[in-house]
Formats: sequence, structure tokens, C-alpha cells
Amino acid sequence: MQGEGHAVCLPADIDTDLIIAGRYLRTRDRSLWAAHVFEDLDPALAARLKGAVIVAGKNFGCGSSREQAPIAIREAGVAAVIAPSFARIFFRNAVNIGLPLIESNLSCEEGNSVRFNVAEGWVESGGKRCGIRPLSPRMREILAAGGLVEYWRGHQ
Amino acid sequence: MSTLSERILGASAGEYVDRNVDRAYAHDGTGVLALEAWKNMSGSRLAKATELYLQFDHIVPANNSTTATLQHELRAFARSSFMHFSDIGGGICHQLMSEGVVLPGEIVVGADSHSVTLGAFGAFATGVGATDMAAIWLTGETWFRVPESVGIHLSGRFTGAAEAKDLALTYVGKLGTDGATYQALEFVGEGMRHLSMDERLVLSNLSVEAGAKAGLCYADDITVRYLRERGHAVSAQFPEPCTYAQELEIDLSDVVPLVAVPPRVDMVKPVHELEGLPLDQVFVGTCTNGRYSDLARFARIVKGRKVAVRTIVIPASAEILEKTIRSGVLADIIGAGCTIGTPGCGPCIGYHMGVLGEGEVCLSTANRNFKNRMGVGGEIYLSSVVTAAASALEGEITAPEVV
Repeated sequence: MQGEGHAVCLPADIDTDLIIAGRYLRTRDRSLWAAHVFEDLDPALAARLKGAVIVAGKNFGCGSSREQAPIAIREAGVAAVIAPSFARIFFRNAVNIGLPLIESNLSCEEGNSVRFNVAEGWVESGGKRCGIRPLSPRMREILAAGGLVEYWRGHQ
Repeated sequence: MSTLSERILGASAGEYVDRNVDRAYAHDGTGVLALEAWKNMSGSRLAKATELYLQFDHIVPANNSTTATLQHELRAFARSSFMHFSDIGGGICHQLMSEGVVLPGEIVVGADSHSVTLGAFGAFATGVGATDMAAIWLTGETWFRVPESVGIHLSGRFTGAAEAKDLALTYVGKLGTDGATYQALEFVGEGMRHLSMDERLVLSNLSVEAGAKAGLCYADDITVRYLRERGHAVSAQFPEPCTYAQELEIDLSDVVPLVAVPPRVDMVKPVHELEGLPLDQVFVGTCTNGRYSDLARFARIVKGRKVAVRTIVIPASAEILEKTIRSGVLADIIGAGCTIGTPGCGPCIGYHMGVLGEGEVCLSTANRNFKNRMGVGGEIYLSSVVTAAASALEGEITAPEVV
């Protein structure tokens, strides 16, 4: 899995309530989640996410098990999220719905171009290349299938 | 020599394993997406070797027709399957699983982050999202990375007005919100002998607020007795010498009443530093502090007096509500001017009844105080039940007296 995008930089400890607030959860309309993603952090952020790579601080996605959080990020057009660490339920959820998460200490400026190649194990910005913590073999299989639904559809 | 997580999962820390799940549960929130994912996996079968539960607790009763329709579909599915189903008012999923369902040594997965609560029984209990739950419905299995463990060694006994919630806030404050990410907490030491099942459930409940995958208490005499009263014969578990990734020592007699300041659970301060902070609402309940012993302690303090601020009390389950009615606890709470909600999560997640208006401040016995969680522009402070009771009577944050 590889790609690139412009960096949207976020602080540490972004919780799932900040990613998508509880008041928007009771629907299956994914475009609604994408429209309101990060609203309580910065209402203008959703509009900057198409084609972006989020570069966040540690513990991204802490809090609840709501799968709407990674779905909202994916539906908003984010190519990948890079952070030194992720909360574990968010980590599983993101892989399960096909949003690449990359554990890495990459630092970069807002708007810089960021490239990533999960298979080769690197992320890059401003000419600096940074290693990543590899996903487990199972997570790689799930992500390669496009998510856990597609993974199990293939294993039926 | 193994940690309890290693023993239950049957492998060493750091290994990846596939394991059959003994019990799996979801609620009206996560169940909607789980059902959709399960159908999309071309699922028409449900794993038979796993006990499956669906409990409506997040928006109960439904607040509008959109929610009602989603619940209607999910309810129809639950009734057409062999899942154990609990409809609105039955109670919070974690509480229902603690009322004589989860047993020591089991692998329990809930589609909710606070599923770690059930670690109080010496089970390996953890939270997942909706699609992981759908795969468990389909196969009965899921994968785990066996976690390293954090040993939380407890000694002594509570003094003054400190209680289990203050202990939980103490360890979250020390570890930080990601202090135990990808790890499991183990609560051990002679201090555990003085903690009831209700108190242990509080300790395990907050483990995810330190990022932990699970929060386990070894089953002992107290666990065995609790489960015997609910018709189960189980054996105690005994800790072995083992290697912890981190260790924390807490003397219960050093624990003081604390408040977690918004918007972080690990931003804890002694209550006296916040005394006098005006409140618009007090909320007592949730999977953290909505148990019978919590409501009884609350009632003892407010009985015969009047609360000075709107106060919502929500029993965590129908069983608890019924017990408060029989014992008179409920009459004392209502007599003090509090109001009661349907057993469930109440306003904790900010969906419905009891949400805050802009600029309002709530003191809550729940486990999360994230920005806007209980309503846009509202602020949430977290405390113990007795701090909430003392504060409700004064209408401002107030240090609890020693009862």
C-alpha cells in the first residue's frame, strides 16, 4: 500500500469524540460523518482533508469504539494517518474499514507533501525518510483485502 | 510464569493468536454497523460456540424516529436470531454482563470500549468496533496480540471519603491517557482484599482511559462468593510471579477524593482545589458508578435534604432500579429532589436526555470528560459518588465529608 498527499498536522491525544461527535452517530449516512469530521476540533478542517495525509501526535483515536471515527476520516478523502501511536480499538477499526494507519515518528509542516509506502516500510516528507512500525501479518492481509468485510467475504 | 492475560490467552506477551470468544456483546450504537458489516460479509450464519448478546442501552428509549427505526431493525434481527437480547430499560451492556454472566478465565469481547469492565471477574475482557464484532458473529473467533501487563500493586485500605473511583482516577492520572496503550492492567496486592465486586468493576472500567486493552482482577473469595450468589460455582485464580512491563504501587490510605478536569481523564486534582466551582447539573450513574452500592451511598448523603442543582440519577440496570425501589433508596433520592432516568447510559455520550447547554457545567460519576461530549459547549468534571452527592447538595463542587 502506497500513496501521497498534503500533510494536515494534528496534536496528540485526538479522541474519537473530536473525530466525530456523538450527536452525529445515529445514522448510516457516511457522507454526514465525513461532513462533520473533526468539527469540534476545527470546523474548517473537513474541507481540507481531500487527498490529505494526517500527521498527528501520539495516542490518536483514544476513547470510544465508534467505528464511525475512522470511517469519517476515510470518507473525507484522507489517504492515511501517520502518528507515533494509536489507541488500540481505533487501530483495529481503521484497518478493518480499510484506512491505512502508519506508526511513525515523522515530523513535518502543515501542507507539505507526504509520501508513504507501507510494503517497503517508510514515510517521507521534505526529503526526510522515516521508518515505520510494521503491521502484523493479519492486519496486512485485512488491509490488502480492503477491510475486514472484504477479507471475510473472500474467506467464506 | 505468566500474567493473567497470558494464562487466559494461552500465549506469551507479544504473540498474535486467534481465539474463540466465549461471550460477545454489542449495543444499540455499535450493533447497527455490526449488523450491516455482518450482512456484507455475506453472513447468514451466526457462530454457535459463542454466546452472543445484544443490549439496548445507549439511546433508551429512542429519542427520535431515525434512532427508533435503526433500533427497530436491530431488534427484529436480534429476535430472529438466537442472540440474548435486552431491550430498552434492561440496563447497560457491561452491567448486565456483570450480573452473573461473565465468569473467571473467559475471553469476553464487547463492541464498546468500556468492555474492559468485565476484567473485574478475572476474565480477559476487551473492546472492539462494529466490524470486528460482525466477524465474531460470523466465526466466533477473533485475533489478539497478547498484551504486556502493567502491575498495579494495591496495599492498605481507604481512609476518609476516598473510594474506588478516586483510586481509579489516581492510576489514570499517574499512567496518563496512553500510559498503558496496547497493554493490560492487572490489579494485585493485599489491598484487593478490601475491594468489593462493585469497587473492582470501577477499577477495571477506567482501564481504557489509560489506553489499556484490558484491566484484570484475579478471581478470589469475593469473586467466588458474588458468583455463587448468582448460581455459579467457580474457582479462585492465584497470581504467579511474572514480569510486568510497568509497575505502580498505590497505598489505598494515600488516595484522596479527586476530580478529573475537562477535557482529559488524566487531568486529576484533589477535590479541595476545585471547591466552590458552580454546577448546573450533577449526574450519577453509568457503567462506572450506577450500581446499587453507588446509589445507596448517594442516598445516604442526600436523604432528608434537598439538592441545590438539577441532579439526574440513572441506575445501571433494571435489577438495580428494582432493588433501589424495594430498599427505599429510590424514594430517598427522589425525596431529595433528584430525577431518575431509564436504566442505560443516560447523557454520558451526549445523545439525549440530560445533555448540557452551552456554558453549562456538569459533575458526573462517568468515565469520560472529553470536549462537547455531553453537549456542545458543556463541560464535564468527573468524580466519585460521594463527591457528587456532597456537590449536588451545595450546587458547587464540594469535598465529601467522611460518613
